Amino acid sequence: MTALLEIDDLSKSFGGVHAIERLSFVANEGEILGLIGPNGAGKTTLFNLINGVFPPDGGRVRFRGVDITGQAPHRVARQGLARTHQIVQPLDTMTVLQNCTVGACFGRENLPLSRAREAAREAAVFVGLEDRMETLAAQLTIVGKKRLELARALAAQSVLLMLDEVLAGLNPTEIEHMIGVIRRIRERGIAILIIEHLMQAIMSLSDRIVVLNSGQKLAEGTPAEVAGDPSVIEAYLGDPALARELHGRA
Amino acid sequence: MLRRPFFWIIALVIAVFALAPVVSGSVQLRESLLLASIYIILASNLNLMLGYAGYVNFGSIVFFGLGGYICVYLLGAPGWPLAAATLAAGVVVSVLALFFGLGILRLRGAYFALSTIGVNEAVQAFVANFAPWGGSSGLYLSSALFAPLGGPMRALWIIYFFLVGIMGLSLYLSYGIKISKFGLGLLAIGQNEDAASVLGVPTPLYKALAYSASAFLPALAGGLYFFKSAFIQPADAFDLTFSLEAIVIVMLGGQGTIAGPAIGAYFYEEMRGWLLTSDTFSNFQLVAAGALLLLIVQFLPSGLMGWVYGRWPQVRKVLE
Amino acid sequence: MTGIIASIIDGVLVGSVYGLAAMGLTLIWGVMDVVNLTHGSMIVAGMFGLYLLTEFVGLNPYAALPPVLVGGFLVGLALYWVSVHRMIGRPPLMSLLSTFSVNLVLIGIGTAVWGTVLFNVQVTLPGVSWGRYTFPGTHILAAVLTAVIALCLYLFLHRTRPGKAIRAVAGNRTAAELVGIPTTRVLSFAFGLGVALACVSGMLIATLFPFTLLSGDTYQLKSFVVTVLGGLGNPAGALMGGIALGLVEGLVTPFMPVSWTLVIEFALFVVVLIVRPGGVFTFRRS
Repeated sequence: MTALLEIDDLSKSFGGVHAIERLSFVANEGEILGLIGPNGAGKTTLFNLINGVFPPDGGRVRFRGVDITGQAPHRVARQGLARTHQIVQPLDTMTVLQNCTVGACFGRENLPLSRAREAAREAAVFVGLEDRMETLAAQLTIVGKKRLELARALAAQSVLLMLDEVLAGLNPTEIEHMIGVIRRIRERGIAILIIEHLMQAIMSLSDRIVVLNSGQKLAEGTPAEVAGDPSVIEAYLGDPALARELHGRA
Repeated sequence: MLRRPFFWIIALVIAVFALAPVVSGSVQLRESLLLASIYIILASNLNLMLGYAGYVNFGSIVFFGLGGYICVYLLGAPGWPLAAATLAAGVVVSVLALFFGLGILRLRGAYFALSTIGVNEAVQAFVANFAPWGGSSGLYLSSALFAPLGGPMRALWIIYFFLVGIMGLSLYLSYGIKISKFGLGLLAIGQNEDAASVLGVPTPLYKALAYSASAFLPALAGGLYFFKSAFIQPADAFDLTFSLEAIVIVMLGGQGTIAGPAIGAYFYEEMRGWLLTSDTFSNFQLVAAGALLLLIVQFLPSGLMGWVYGRWPQVRKVLE
Repeated sequence: MTGIIASIIDGVLVGSVYGLAAMGLTLIWGVMDVVNLTHGSMIVAGMFGLYLLTEFVGLNPYAALPPVLVGGFLVGLALYWVSVHRMIGRPPLMSLLSTFSVNLVLIGIGTAVWGTVLFNVQVTLPGVSWGRYTFPGTHILAAVLTAVIALCLYLFLHRTRPGKAIRAVAGNRTAAELVGIPTTRVLSFAFGLGVALACVSGMLIATLFPFTLLSGDTYQLKSFVVTVLGGLGNPAGALMGGIALGLVEGLVTPFMPVSWTLVIEFALFVVVLIVRPGGVFTFRRS
């Protein structure tokens, strides 16, 4: 397994609050790495550090062997790393197709407009937005906007996709559909780093899981290993004895 | 672009502007259309920053004024021919804009908007103290300079046609950018700069390029305009009122569209003409502009074109 | 040397009033993310208010403070409803253009009616001497009143319910709404308060210097510089930024013609924005 994204001793504080503290882990090519942790554990902050929204106080981020620490977001995107947002950021007055075309034009392959449109169309179809191509992004439903967020990132022909709570706000059918889309993305060889609160979903999707708590790595391993780890259970539920009991009952 | 109807609509507008005064023989019409052309040039190019990238440039007049100064100066003492002087003005101003842009475009929203006023004021202060350019009294051009063009009467016509040409270029430039990859990136920046950056749009470079591109044609126009007046002084060249009017025009017509600035310029000039002839209101030009802008921003933020698109969506395919 | 120190001290006194002006701007900016481009004309309104009240009503200049404060608040409320209310939540471009257009209208009407003449309000107060230099009593009293107002603002924001509501809305408008705070009322109140501060600062400045109806631009730029120094939405930072600006002015004015002061302040503005966009006097996290 070749390492694709290397997080090395990363730290970030906001005026005395240690959002991320000496965090290290690796995401490999072609794998789905799940990132879980209680609210406020620092997961979105980690994404922001990786794709350059703000620079870390310490540590390094390496992507495909290249040090990308602190690089501006557009340069990170050019290297093949795409990301979605927890609170979706559609380009409101543009259509679905135009939104995806932006992703395709400025992503890794830096496509010219005509070819970008084709890649955009393909990405929109892939996530299930084929009959919404000409709809303005502002008029989409929440599930449409979530799919658009994903399609835009896909259109960029990236090598690693960072998904931030793509399932939040969706009903069970929509969740199932989205999980299917994520699996098919992985089948294309694209690696995925996914933040998710829906335990069942992320446990079944991920090859490996990293657990974050208060900015530090709490545990790392396969879903089964992590689910059985007492410290993880305690972090989520607060009482290992209770958790074990519930775990036994489940 | 040639296959789209709008391309030919622009060509038609250029033809009308060029031919109407010739056919009617009316100098008054020519002067009126000349003013309209200048408004359209200023507004269309401003639209690149305001309508596409979403950055308010209060001081866009600085390109017009500085272009005027460079051109008039080069025509005077160094004795350059008109075409070379005008072109040099355009190139110098847009290169300067590129460098300045890279700096001040790190500022967002209101900060950027205010710094554009600062840029205008700083350039005006510099020019007013710059002796080779006449300082605060300005520069005069001898009417002998109209001789190579066939005398003053003929020169005025030639200048007019050039300005119409620049107006056409401004419209085509807006159009060309809008349908290009560069334009898509700018529009994304205008929608949500942070999201655009995450998607890979090279925001600092694109903004600076837009700022620079929005400087070139107004600088050319400034060169020709002040050559025609044969006189330039700081107070006229860097008059903020002009750029404020350009903002009102862009918002009135519909920011982000190409037809918008042109239509806005037409309506605005009509209104302005009426105001100037009416005794009560002639002092209130800026007040009227301000009130109009307020109404547009509050009730019709997408401007006239936005309203038209809302009512008749098919128009969008023809008038962009 | 003592001349420079005297100049600096005087600069600090005057600068505190700039800080007061900036407090109004930064309060509005911080609470509703709106840049009030009528700020300059509101400062002038306060100046003009002082002139009208002393010339035609015969009030003692400092007795004009309460009416200017209240009048400013009411004007602020009106401005909010006319130009700001519908812009909340829209792209920043819109509120910028909206307040800007109101400013055009106000200045346009003002100069059409009263022209661009110089107004001067004569205020005589005994000064404080220090060696060869006298610090004008007006400067000292203006600084003292500024300190009092700033203290009142602090107490208001931190010890009263409306004040805390303002801070809550500034922190997180959605959360504040969920807790039952009437956000629209709070926003309009905060806007009125910001404008009131601008008017009062204008009134105080008018006790120090003559003015024209176009003076607003100068003081608006100073307010922006101060806001940037102090960090957005940070009234305490604004006060300190004002004092810092006054200090810079005190250092610069003995050596340079007055027309250059503004250029330097503007350059400072741009430099600080590029180097430390979070503000120089901020203590909070970005």
